[in-house]
Amino acid sequence: MAANKGRGRAAYTFNIEAVGFSRGEKLPDVVLKPPPLFPDTDYKPVPLKTGEDEDYMLALKQELRETVKRMPYFIETPAEKQDDIERYSKRYMKVYKEEWIPDWRRLPREMMPRKKCKKADPKSKTAKAADRGPSLANSADVLKKIEELEKRGDGEKSDEENEEKEGSQKKTKDGDDDGDDDDDAEQEEYDEEEQEEENDYINSYFEDGDDFGADSDDNMDEATY
Amino acid sequence: MTQAEIKLCSLLLQEHFGEIVEKIGVHLIRTGSQPLRVIAHDTGTSLDQVKKALCVLIHHNLVLYRVHKRSVVEYEAQCSRVLRMLRYPRYIYTTKTLYSDTGELIVEELLLNGKMTMSAVVKKVADRLTETMEDGKTMDYAEVSNAFVRLADTHFLQRCPLAPATGSSDPGPPPPAPTLVINEKDMYLVPKLSLIGKGKRRRSSDEDASGEPKAKKTKYTDNKEPIPDDGIYWQVNLDRFHQHFRDQAIVSAVANRMDQTSSEIVRTMLRMSEITTPSSAPFTQPLSSNEIFRSLPVGYNISKQVLDQYLTLLADDPLEFIGKSGDSGGGMYVINLHKALASLATATLESVIQERFGSRCARIFRLVLQKKHLEQKQVEDFAMIPAKEAKDMLYKMLSENFISLQEIPKTPDHAPSRTFYLYTVNVLSAARMLLHRCYKSIANLIERRQFETKENKRLLEKSQRVEAIIASMQATGAEEVQLQEIEEMITAPERQQLETLKRNVNKLDASEIQVDETVFLLESYIESTMKRQ
Repeated sequence: MAANKGRGRAAYTFNIEAVGFSRGEKLPDVVLKPPPLFPDTDYKPVPLKTGEDEDYMLALKQELRETVKRMPYFIETPAEKQDDIERYSKRYMKVYKEEWIPDWRRLPREMMPRKKCKKADPKSKTAKAADRGPSLANSADVLKKIEELEKRGDGEKSDEENEEKEGSQKKTKDGDDDGDDDDDAEQEEYDEEEQEEENDYINSYFEDGDDFGADSDDNMDEATY
Repeated sequence: MTQAEIKLCSLLLQEHFGEIVEKIGVHLIRTGSQPLRVIAHDTGTSLDQVKKALCVLIHHNLVLYRVHKRSVVEYEAQCSRVLRMLRYPRYIYTTKTLYSDTGELIVEELLLNGKMTMSAVVKKVADRLTETMEDGKTMDYAEVSNAFVRLADTHFLQRCPLAPATGSSDPGPPPPAPTLVINEKDMYLVPKLSLIGKGKRRRSSDEDASGEPKAKKTKYTDNKEPIPDDGIYWQVNLDRFHQHFRDQAIVSAVANRMDQTSSEIVRTMLRMSEITTPSSAPFTQPLSSNEIFRSLPVGYNISKQVLDQYLTLLADDPLEFIGKSGDSGGGMYVINLHKALASLATATLESVIQERFGSRCARIFRLVLQKKHLEQKQVEDFAMIPAKEAKDMLYKMLSENFISLQEIPKTPDHAPSRTFYLYTVNVLSAARMLLHRCYKSIANLIERRQFETKENKRLLEKSQRVEAIIASMQATGAEEVQLQEIEEMITAPERQQLETLKRNVNKLDASEIQVDETVFLLESYIESTMKRQ
């Protein structure tokens, strides 16, 4: 052993012959790179099992994969929802998801969507903002409405009407409206639970009022033209 | 949790519930239990989305919650339960073979929905069955609920832990989370429900709105009557399914080793102890040969004498699947479940070695397995393989962790020249290693499948569109020529490409299912071994 040390031979603390190298044989090179990603295998894999049960399970698996995408539990990211191009064929492939209302009795209280109303607000705000754009563009219509508005003197009511009329004129707005309606429906559903909660509901109610005030202010500005 | 498991969980969650749920789920698996706000902060997801995702995960029994100090609720992911999603097709198929289509749909609905009330399941399944039936025929609720009761009686379905009824008389503020309690006695007790009615077709109920179906619909859905089994949720008892899989594996192993008759005897013994033996027990309850004789399936014509001979033969088998525990009652026999699982796991290891390294390696492996501890020289001699090749094989298996090395120093300085090096097979750790590899390969299979589909996304979308258009044209009664014209929108090479894709995806999917079979065996073995220690 001691004689092996120094003198150009690699120094091993053990008898190298024990691991199968004869004296003087060249040792394999040190490997400095990771093994290949798809190494050649000496033995090819055996074919998969086939048969009626395997086929049935395969069909089941693929069917399940499609089904879970249609379940209400499949939460899509917002980016996935909007498609840049509206395709004709989309109408045929539309998926209808059922509503799913969890059994709140079984869940921790913090799970309940308290801020549902607040979350709905910015959406409706943007919707209104979008409404205002086109309404300014065709000012003739606006002026007519303003006249009507002045006659009635009831700011609130005409404002609502204003929106309604535009809804019928502008096809593009339909989508937004639908969304709002859905939100309303959701709000109604959640209201039951929220009434059990503390005064979250009231808070959001006031906020809604604020929004409304801001909007009517805008309308006033328009009226001064 | 190993990286491979986390990766697999992430892929499974993403396929089942979308990316948001996947993000939350994987975060929980990585970090352990966490409160709501921390999850939202750490994942950078809005509180609202975190809540939604957690609701989904809790509903599917993938996340549990617990109230901690100062009323903080912490959420904890169940990694092993997430991995069970791979086995859904097998659960559903097994129920089909045992309880026909009705049972199949019941289990499918429960797996898809996590948990449901019995009335909801019965209604949904009856509707689905009715839709597949011929016009004019409908599925009776009673029939479906009978199937449900049968499944619950055989413990394939079980109740979820109950949420306590919220009494208004409770003093103080309500707790931050309900404490779910399970009543062992009622686990499989089906509530008495009078579910009368028939399944409805979605289409037909719309058409003859004034007819009978409409009237029933109002009776069952629109009418806000208190649901009789409100709050009693049911889930699929996966452990019971695993017990069934294990029994099937044992029976087929016996059939392969001996013959059909002996496997039938073992099957009878297993069926007799199904309910009496807990699924995690290492042995079944002792059964006398007289009892076994009485319980043999009718039409199985073997005499008592032949049965006794078979039982003695089985008990003498070196694999020790069956053991003799006494002589009373014509001989008492037990099935050694742990031993059976260990044999199956060892056989799996052996066959993996054989397919990966060849039969000569498998010979060395079996040798080491049999002799427990061997020195290198002994391996070479006993295996009757030239020294150099034997070394090569041994080292290859050692480096892949199928074989382990035990050092026994003669002197305290651990000098290599004065140390015994014993090769041995640690079945448990080898099984763990193999299990880990299985998870990794399933994850790879899923990733490959997703890649293949993504590469051909445009083509797939096109073929879907064409199919949709054809379907709608057929509905409106288009001519054959028109249909053909549309069909030709997909060119021949495209069609070929689609076929190749389909074949590849099928292969990958089938592999996933079959690797999971190995996963099941290894997991059962590891679990059973851990319980004994």
